[in-house]
Amino acid sequence: MASLFDRTGRGTITVAGALALALAAPSGVFAQEDGPVELSIAANAIEGGKNEAEALWIQDYVIPTFEQMMADEGRDVSVSFEGRGVDDEDFKAQLALDLGAGSGDDVIAIDGIWVGEFAQAGFIAPLEEVVGPEVAEWEGWEQIPEAVQRLASFEGARYGVPAGTDGRIIYFRKDLFEQAGLPTDWQPTSWAEVLDAARQLKEALPDVTPLQVNAGVSMGEATTMQGVLPLLVGTGARIYDEESGLWLGDTPELREVLQFYADVYQNEELGDAEMQLRQDGRDRSFQDFGEGRIAMLIEGDYLWRGVIAPETGIVPIEDREDLVGWAKIPAVEPGRGIEGQDFVSMSGGGGRVLNPNTEHPEEAWALLSFMNSQDAVLEFVAGQTRITQRQDVNDETLADDPLLSFVSEEVLPITAYRPGLAVYPQVSQLLQTAVEDAAAGDSVEEAAQSYQSELEDLVGADNVATDG
Amino acid sequence: MAFVTPAFVLIGIFLIFPALWTIYLGLTNYRLTGLEAAQPQFVGLDNYVEVLTDPRFHNSLWVTVIFVIGSAIFGQAVLGFLLAWAMRDWQSRMRRVVESLVIVAWIIPSSVVAFLWIAFLDGRSGTLNAMIGSEVEWLISQPLLSIIVFNIWRGAAFSMLLFGAALSSLPPSYLETSRLAGASTWQQLRDIVLPSIRGHILTTLLLISLWTFNDFTPYLITGGGPRNMTELLPIYVFREALGTFQFGYGSAISTILLAINLAVALVYLRLLRDRAA
Repeated sequence: MASLFDRTGRGTITVAGALALALAAPSGVFAQEDGPVELSIAANAIEGGKNEAEALWIQDYVIPTFEQMMADEGRDVSVSFEGRGVDDEDFKAQLALDLGAGSGDDVIAIDGIWVGEFAQAGFIAPLEEVVGPEVAEWEGWEQIPEAVQRLASFEGARYGVPAGTDGRIIYFRKDLFEQAGLPTDWQPTSWAEVLDAARQLKEALPDVTPLQVNAGVSMGEATTMQGVLPLLVGTGARIYDEESGLWLGDTPELREVLQFYADVYQNEELGDAEMQLRQDGRDRSFQDFGEGRIAMLIEGDYLWRGVIAPETGIVPIEDREDLVGWAKIPAVEPGRGIEGQDFVSMSGGGGRVLNPNTEHPEEAWALLSFMNSQDAVLEFVAGQTRITQRQDVNDETLADDPLLSFVSEEVLPITAYRPGLAVYPQVSQLLQTAVEDAAAGDSVEEAAQSYQSELEDLVGADNVATDG
Repeated sequence: MAFVTPAFVLIGIFLIFPALWTIYLGLTNYRLTGLEAAQPQFVGLDNYVEVLTDPRFHNSLWVTVIFVIGSAIFGQAVLGFLLAWAMRDWQSRMRRVVESLVIVAWIIPSSVVAFLWIAFLDGRSGTLNAMIGSEVEWLISQPLLSIIVFNIWRGAAFSMLLFGAALSSLPPSYLETSRLAGASTWQQLRDIVLPSIRGHILTTLLLISLWTFNDFTPYLITGGGPRNMTELLPIYVFREALGTFQFGYGSAISTILLAINLAVALVYLRLLRDRAA
């Protein structure tokens, strides 16, 4: 032991000293100098892969334009972006670990549903705290509807700027509807009418799956967002009541939803129960809808933009405007939806937040507000039409797209959002399990009761509402 | 002492510290995000109680037991031994061809293998259904059987190699003498071969059962579904800990898994020692 140290001890100390100096240098020495202000952007987007349009927009438009803009003001700012294309959950874990360690990029793209849990963990802070009161004076807020702003807010404070939203509707194949003798301008006004149409399709076209409502645990959040929650708000119930702070337990409304699943997948076999259990069930449903083997499908506008889009889609439908129709999701019966609505929907969306650890809050905010300026957002949707956060941009661009303007005008006013609390993803999993049970043949009562007891374990019995 | 110190330091940093840290985390409600990320609370044995009373854990344990017994002990070990036994007198070229084929199954990366098996078992356009002319969704109607067959296919090579080595260590004169004395193949196996290579058998069983117990590849095929029917313990840990980022709870399950692993290893080591004594 001793001899080992005698021989190398001095060397070790010298090396350690040099290391310490090197580590201390960036913050201690060089930061004092007047180098460029360095900012970085994090987004789950990459050239040639996931969310490519966003990656290209950041690389080719945002960075050069913003750097030029700053240079014109006499400020030396350099922005970097390293693309990545991983599963959303992995991206979330990366961000949480970065932020938890006090590091990470300056401007960060996150899913609206993570805002609450990141805020609760202290990973992100309200914009006015990170930057200052000037945030409130930004011109963009007037262009972003209140409901959309909530996507990047938590407990009434703005944590970031939302980056657009979406809505859920029922898509249907007009060609199949025609063959089954159904109208191609179909708009059901109750669940019964949806089921009637499905029965008629089943009768006329035995090889076609009449209806796909996502039901499997393996479809993850798509089951909750495109299945359980739109149905639930159609019964007049919300999964989480903000006033009382209660989560929805085994209530008559929940059972109505479960009964719908049981009817579709078991009692009347209007949907394909096996598809719900498949690992790739959702991809399979896209494929089948694209190829005309599924007649009705509840999905978000992503299906239109990303799946069946003629050139860029995964399952392109060349003449989608002729073949594919869409309708609002009805409440159980007219007037029974939340707020007494006849029709309902669910919406989500992402946003961009500032890292509270940023060394240059002022420049970071300049970058974030630039990314959400009218020019920048217009540039973003130039390649791919979608519902943006800004009303002035939507007014200009959506008119060309019949589906997106339908969602923007007819669906967003009646839509609902998920609660942004840390425990929500787990509640969502319980809902997925409950509807999978019902779709796979368990009785509605069993599915509802086991959901209730799991939910009580999760949030505590005091926080569960059991009567409608 | 001086020479082993670096080794101990490395083991300490990379093995013992993480293990102790896992045990510590298992006693907290630490999560990746949310309030518990900011202020994790010490919750004592709550996580353990919760795991041990979770019906999904019971289901998972049971699935794992069937999977290990079916695919490792009966499947890989028996098939591996039969292959090694059948090939012991083969000419070396023939033998090398068969060995290579079996070993290929073992060395292809898991993700590739998983994809091949999904394609093989697919209901609509799978190879298996094309061969037998059916339309069964194997991964949905027979999920556990599917991953057991898969794991036998994948792991038989390893047992075959170990048993092959063991058999070649057996002096040929034993078998020849017994054959001259009129012993049948079964009698040879029972009275000469198996007792002589008992140590090898136990070592092989130990390795493949621990390996199968901790195998995560089935997740790539079934994702633990449908309806948790193939949710092996490692998949259960993964879904509970990383699906919802409950690190405290996940650590508690991992500790339980570690204890089960140790118990299995101890049983085998005990058997090995009995033989030595």
